Amino acid sequence: MKTLEQLQQIRDRMKVCLCNRAMAGEYDMGADPEIKKHILVCGGTGCTSGNSVKIAEEIKAALGEHGLEKEVKLIMTGCFGLCAKGPIVVVYPDGSFYTHVKPEDAREIVESHIKGGVPVERLLHSEKDASGVAKAINETSFYKSQKRVVLRNCGLIDPENIDEYLARDGYLAYEKVLKEMSPEEVIEVIKKSGLRGRGGGGFPTGTKWEFAHNSVSKVKYVVCNADEGDPGAFMDRSVLEGDPHTVIEAMMIAGYAIGAEQGYIYVRAEYPIAVHRLEVAIGQAREYGILGKNAMGLGHNFDIELRLGAGAFVCGEETALLQSTEGKRGEPRQRPPFPAVKGLFGQPTLINNVETYGNITQIILKGAEWFASMGTEKSKGTKVFALGGKIINTGLVEIPMGTTLRTIIEEIGGGVPGGKKFKAAQTGGPSGGCIPASLIDTKIDYDNLIAIGSMMGSGGLIVMDEDNCMVDIAKFFLEFTVDESCGKCTPCRIGNKRLYEMLDKVTKGTAEMEDLEKMEQLCYYIKENSLCGLGQTAPNPVLSTLRYFRDEYVAHVRDKKCPAGVCKALVSYKINPDKCIGCTLCKRNCPVNAISGELKQTHSIDPAKCIKCGACIARCPKGAIEK
Amino acid sequence: MKKQVTLKINNVTVTVDEGTKVLDAARAAGFDIPTLCYLKDVCNDGSCRVCVVEIKGMRNLAASCSTVVRDGMEVFTNTPKVRNSRKTTIELILSNHEKKCLSCVRNGNCELSKLSQEYNCDPVAYEGVTNKYELDDNNPYLVRDNNKCILCRRCVAVCNKIQGVGVIGPNGRGFNTHIGSAFERSLDKVPCVACGQCINVCPVGALTERDNTHEVLDAIANPDKYVIIGTAPSVRVAVGEEFGYPIGTDVEGKMVSAIKALGADKVFDVDMAADMTIMEEGYELLSRLKNPNAKLPMITSCSPGWIRYIEYYYPELIDHLSTCKSPQQMFGAIMKTYYAEKFDIDPAKMVVVAVMPCTAKKFERTRDSQSASGYPDIDIVLTTRELAKLLKAQGINLAAMPESEFDNPIGEGSSAGLLFGATGGVMEAALRTVYEVVTGKEPEKLEFKAVRGTKGIKTAVIDMNGTKVKVAVAHTLQNAKVIMEQIKAGTADYQFVEIMTCPGGCVNGGGQPIHSAKTLNTTDIKTLRAKAIYKSDKKAALRKCHENPIVKTLYKEYFGEPNSHKAHEVLHTKYTKRTKFE
Repeated sequence: MKTLEQLQQIRDRMKVCLCNRAMAGEYDMGADPEIKKHILVCGGTGCTSGNSVKIAEEIKAALGEHGLEKEVKLIMTGCFGLCAKGPIVVVYPDGSFYTHVKPEDAREIVESHIKGGVPVERLLHSEKDASGVAKAINETSFYKSQKRVVLRNCGLIDPENIDEYLARDGYLAYEKVLKEMSPEEVIEVIKKSGLRGRGGGGFPTGTKWEFAHNSVSKVKYVVCNADEGDPGAFMDRSVLEGDPHTVIEAMMIAGYAIGAEQGYIYVRAEYPIAVHRLEVAIGQAREYGILGKNAMGLGHNFDIELRLGAGAFVCGEETALLQSTEGKRGEPRQRPPFPAVKGLFGQPTLINNVETYGNITQIILKGAEWFASMGTEKSKGTKVFALGGKIINTGLVEIPMGTTLRTIIEEIGGGVPGGKKFKAAQTGGPSGGCIPASLIDTKIDYDNLIAIGSMMGSGGLIVMDEDNCMVDIAKFFLEFTVDESCGKCTPCRIGNKRLYEMLDKVTKGTAEMEDLEKMEQLCYYIKENSLCGLGQTAPNPVLSTLRYFRDEYVAHVRDKKCPAGVCKALVSYKINPDKCIGCTLCKRNCPVNAISGELKQTHSIDPAKCIKCGACIARCPKGAIEK
Repeated sequence: MKKQVTLKINNVTVTVDEGTKVLDAARAAGFDIPTLCYLKDVCNDGSCRVCVVEIKGMRNLAASCSTVVRDGMEVFTNTPKVRNSRKTTIELILSNHEKKCLSCVRNGNCELSKLSQEYNCDPVAYEGVTNKYELDDNNPYLVRDNNKCILCRRCVAVCNKIQGVGVIGPNGRGFNTHIGSAFERSLDKVPCVACGQCINVCPVGALTERDNTHEVLDAIANPDKYVIIGTAPSVRVAVGEEFGYPIGTDVEGKMVSAIKALGADKVFDVDMAADMTIMEEGYELLSRLKNPNAKLPMITSCSPGWIRYIEYYYPELIDHLSTCKSPQQMFGAIMKTYYAEKFDIDPAKMVVVAVMPCTAKKFERTRDSQSASGYPDIDIVLTTRELAKLLKAQGINLAAMPESEFDNPIGEGSSAGLLFGATGGVMEAALRTVYEVVTGKEPEKLEFKAVRGTKGIKTAVIDMNGTKVKVAVAHTLQNAKVIMEQIKAGTADYQFVEIMTCPGGCVNGGGQPIHSAKTLNTTDIKTLRAKAIYKSDKKAALRKCHENPIVKTLYKEYFGEPNSHKAHEVLHTKYTKRTKFE
């Protein structure tokens, strides 16, 4: 148990330490008498998979050998965001940004950079300034256009050390709320900020809090939806891995605002690092007397329990999540009653997603006006996107609402690799839709995305280039929802399955033109009749591709052709005799012996044997094999 | 009075209680909305989406069964969009439904088929893969055919919410969702109590009782066999429904003629065995009341689903059960002992068929300690539904049959035995007899109204010449559970408890004629059938079990007195603890 004074002492002490990390630049740079350098190793899921734990161990060993443990602070952080370049190591105060680091590079970093003062050039991020010096992490184009509010601590602090969170004004927002504000005032601030739910729906957060506040009940609950499920989206995981306390503090504030004393975080068991760090954070917060009875001595009781989900996508739907939290089969139920009226264990429940909570402490500390100054008229603040697909800088980015798709893809994302043409971007995961290249200047916010047939969703952004077949893309997303449907209501359980089968016929060239119309009708039927959001949005990828790429569908159906050359049934491989030099490479690499031809003579492919695996295309030095 | 809400349904203004569902409000305004998964007081999940309606201002269609009315709401129940949506929903269900309609036991009584006709559905509008499931038919009472299941989950709701047993639920997910038990076990490997309520609520042919009709026909056709058919009290007030009679019609006379027309050697009334049950159980109660070490309250043992329930869920309370066999088993035991000896019939050649409102009875006949003669007391159990099916298949029109009486000499039963069909009936019959035994005089009123009706748990205190007997009556296993917990907590201040498995008792048993949800949602079937029983009781001449001349003869000629050694051998049984998941 720590008193408010003790907590403040920790903050002051740790700030001095943290200020050496350049990203924490909002604090006065002050000399840390003991620690001269900080080595930050990314401990997010992506870099951990790339063996970053081993890297940290090697660095630690090397520091030990050179007697540098005291003057160099080594920590594992949460995700830096630029996952494409992982594993990432950053050295402060200079901000040297090492990418693609391997365990065997650790010693060199310590010896050359830390001890010798010479950064390891070959490992530095490739972006250079005008004078040819590798840019510091904050100066790179990936980070420069971002505005990190939710991710402010990710890649900066040690998530397993509550003191580092405290140094970042941790638990000051809670203290402020308890000391200075009534629950109604808290709700008013959140309402004024214009914050909307980041889980997908975009419902005004303050209004949601108000509903839960107005429900009369002795027992209420605060729930955090950390059941992130969109394929390719991992912002919630990164926040939990990189800054778990920010979610805990926000839930405490929410608990005070609505009158709840118990919180639950429903997190996927597939996020073991996030679960571990949450456990550590909750443990430390309890130890400091921050969580529990009479939290921080301010008179409010609040505690949090974790609930591990088994990974069903549908459990991200709030009513299904609550069912699952209660230990039942995760299935949605009819709303109303909304959880704010009748939620967990039948009691009024406030449920927000991780990223939404990630904004709360900053809104409290910096004010509603500060938050509302970012974004568009109806979508305030920032949004985190997970960039994936055909883009150079795959990773996590946080941008103000209203940033154009072009800025995200071309500037921050570094564009499409291989000089290919950008074709479309899918936002909103399997519930969203495809945005065609013609709409690349759309300002991204809730309402604009809906207007063009997509949705914000949780912030997955998958980029597609000219090699992607849009029918195949729609089929991919629909396959996901068919798999993840809970099976409760007819439209989703059977309707989506039949829709998928129709799409399959299109990609196999066995559909008729009238099937397209039937498909479209079935899409609207599923949207209008399904019980929950999963079913109601499942046909969106089909509808949006039908809207913007109908010609591709027609090509599949009428001409029996897949323009992008993806749908195997509609593609045949041929060798162009004008280009073939008879090198036999294709013949030797064909796994099914479908290619014949003598050395230095034109080869040919037997279509009856060919399995369209593409091995020949990959090997042909002359690009002689055409689809 | 509840707050009132005014809304418009198809432009008709209607005022209803706050909290009313749109479906009910529409009905009040004169508009029926079709349903499939909805079942009043049982299933309200909004999962099938057949009952969708348009509500002004709402982006999507709403399931009227689970949408609550609001002031000023404007609902449209029959727009082209609504009708098209319902049609598509039904066609999608049909696309994954095994359409073996021609020979389906529910042909003519299938809710899906009826809806398909109403909405002019194309059964092959949507083609694609269909799920293939193996039948669950490893038990003696019920067959689940998931190939026909439409996942309305009414069975799940009744098993969980009404019975509190909950051995079935959705397994798998998405298109592969199917109803089953934990770890995909078959019903014989889970603590299913065999009540068959799931069958009664199934809208299609996915759940049926195990069909034993052919065995009856084989036995009748075999000249070496002596076939006795006995009918339970509740059968006569329900079987008529299968032949066009209104719900709650007692067709005893016609039923007897119809069964005789099947060609059985004898047709007897199981009511007689119910009378014997009262004698044995009544005297057992009296002896327990006198014995300070006896387990009290004593609980009835007539309902085999309940017996299975206590054996699985409260085995530590088994000693509270009366050791009496159920009327069905007493009937068979008397046939194969007393009757066989008296008329010199080889019990090995006897085939005793019990027609029951119950599926658990099919299981009960296979229990241990149910073979007084050395041969099984009962050979075949048919449900009321199977009896109707058998009669129809034989071209016997019950409605056209003359009235006739059960065969002698075992034919007559008292109307107290008839009461067994309704919840509280065993208690009332027992009280009529026990009262007289204790006090030596007839109770002032034979009707013990406090134990009648469909309240979940009924209690009463009966003053018998200063001796106060406290009784409780419960129906459905959810209510049985309440009593069991009271006994465990030591708060069950009763001497005698009647428990019936099914809601309303045997009249609403798992083997009774099936009615569509539309009927179930608007009609209280169990009360109507019980009324028929009470009506027949009122006009009966013989209204007390102990006054039944056959009962008297049985004791005089064979058993001596109630609870005698002989009676114990033939008419009593024992129970075993069962493990839930073996």
